Amino acid sequence: MGYVAVQGGIAAIENSQALNRYLRMRGSSVPLSIAQIMEQMGPLVDRVMSEGGLYSPFHAALAVKQASGDSIEASFLLRAYRSTLRRMVDSLPVRSDRMRILRRISSAFKTIPGGQVLGSASDYEQRILDFSLAHETEKTQREVVQEFERSLAYGVLSDAGPLEPESFLKVVDLLREQGLVPPALAPTADPAAPTDITQHSTELPLDRSGRLQMLARAETGGVLALAYSSMRGYGSVHPTIAELRVGHVRVQIPHPFRPGENVTIGWILLTEVEVVASVQRSDAEEKPVFSLGYGACFGHNEVKAISMAVLDRAMKSSSPHAPAEDQEFVLLHTDGIESSGFCSHFKLPHYVTFQADLDRLRDLRGNAE
Amino acid sequence: MTFRDLLPARTDFQYNFAFLDEGAKREVRRALLKAVAIPGHQVPFASPELPVARGWGTGGLQVTMSLVGPDDVLKIIDQGCDGSVNAVNLRKLLVATTGVRTTFDSREATLLQSRHRMPEIPMAEGQIAVLQVPLPEPLRLVEPSEVETRRMHAEGDYARMWVSLYEDVVQNGSVSISWGYPCRVNDSYIMSPSPLPRWDLHKLHNARQLTLLGAGREKRVYAVPPYTSVRPLEFEDLPFTVENFAGMSCARCGSTDTFLDEIYDETTGRSSRVCSDSGYCDLVREGATGARKALHG
Repeated sequence: MGYVAVQGGIAAIENSQALNRYLRMRGSSVPLSIAQIMEQMGPLVDRVMSEGGLYSPFHAALAVKQASGDSIEASFLLRAYRSTLRRMVDSLPVRSDRMRILRRISSAFKTIPGGQVLGSASDYEQRILDFSLAHETEKTQREVVQEFERSLAYGVLSDAGPLEPESFLKVVDLLREQGLVPPALAPTADPAAPTDITQHSTELPLDRSGRLQMLARAETGGVLALAYSSMRGYGSVHPTIAELRVGHVRVQIPHPFRPGENVTIGWILLTEVEVVASVQRSDAEEKPVFSLGYGACFGHNEVKAISMAVLDRAMKSSSPHAPAEDQEFVLLHTDGIESSGFCSHFKLPHYVTFQADLDRLRDLRGNAE
Repeated sequence: MTFRDLLPARTDFQYNFAFLDEGAKREVRRALLKAVAIPGHQVPFASPELPVARGWGTGGLQVTMSLVGPDDVLKIIDQGCDGSVNAVNLRKLLVATTGVRTTFDSREATLLQSRHRMPEIPMAEGQIAVLQVPLPEPLRLVEPSEVETRRMHAEGDYARMWVSLYEDVVQNGSVSISWGYPCRVNDSYIMSPSPLPRWDLHKLHNARQLTLLGAGREKRVYAVPPYTSVRPLEFEDLPFTVENFAGMSCARCGSTDTFLDEIYDETTGRSSRVCSDSGYCDLVREGATGARKALHG
């Protein structure tokens, strides 16, 4: 007794997995459909796609179902699935100035070229539990949809938003025209072979493209906590949101057979944020300019995109003194898959190392057995 | 498009042999070759996510997956034990994706993946030990920054490591590091020997087997080739010591010279000792007394 018997370990794992499945299934409700999760839990599906690093609402919803709604676990399932997919091609940079806007706001200017679009947001909702939701039926569902669609001048609301614009002027472009923010940097790396954090381990310091990629896959709560530390006092980033956009962007790849031509392989939902922060002056000769921070992630996740932008700005600090300004601190500690994996590994047996610890302690106490 | 269209056509969807695609395996092997060429040096690699959580052996698993072939015989242990839950889980994944034969007898294994232990029976030429590593950086003890520790390795700047050992001795009377004891490999790099107990370190020194160490979360592999020196850091007048099991023996097989786990009886609460290496313990029990010598031969 007490010995880790071989058969015991195998049987215990199998029983535990069977129990897990049983607990998910045993209630009186019908099994969740993937469609329900995709349609009614959009933000959760988006979060899993973003943290899992794979844009596929179907697979993300499946992961959510399998993980019983645990977002980190679901992201992990998706990330592992992603490892098995063949890499075929690098897409071209997306044109977010041609986004089919679902929502676009600026907290810098009251009016902006192209106009602000509030779109769907819970920001101005009073967070009062709506008990009527507990009694929703398919009939209420139909009524709500029909009533809303009747109120629209142009019939059914397209999922993808309005048609693709030729291009629009971003708020940052406005400021840039006046020389108030730093000029746009020309792409430093070869656009045909961008930094890819999934193909190489993190070599620090990481270039900006790599930093933004790591933030884009980071866990929402992780980036939020560190960005908040910078906003609140451990750092100096007090951001103004120049622009926050949510919408669909076209993804293109070079045509496999016709050189010089591009082909569209689909559309993805994206949240993109630019923040303007405190004045920076690269040297005394130059006129001061605002500093910029940028964030973009899969799906609709505004807290994450804003946090990313704040951290992007914080990590540009020339003399880092707060945790959020240190890229090693930020980038190596915000990946949800890695941090949760390591955190839970402490549940594994540590009999040998603990025995070694005991030996040392007893030795140090001078009463070794 | 319907949801049905997105579902894989077959429900028995097959993954590649040993899960990883061949390109990913080749990348791991390239890093391993470099690691073998520079003993003790941590080589970065991409370390894609596996269906096992980070911190649960993904580094060792990627090494095993990139090396295993249809004719290999695998032994997977955790804490010395074949039946420990995580060893069972990793073995299940490897068997499901490769179909290779497994064994509990370390002498039969061509590839032996382990967490926290080396088998009691010294490994032979041609065998490969794959160790799972949570924290590959021995200098993390004295320096939190990765940029800085890489510089220290590059420059052989190990002064702070020695000072920390010295301070430890001054404060505690002896070095208080219990596992993952820093070692100098090939008289060059300082290496973290996985979290092996001090007991197992001599099994890496001038060993007959190739030892590969994989840290998945930290995305590093490193290696100790056969017949390479691995010396724990020690002071001339304060020699390195291993765990003290003097006067104790295994309650199952009677061995007196193995790493012993302390266990407490579920009903009486009384403590006793058993071999941490369960495969070895079983062999001794099956082979009855005197087996220990025979096993080593």
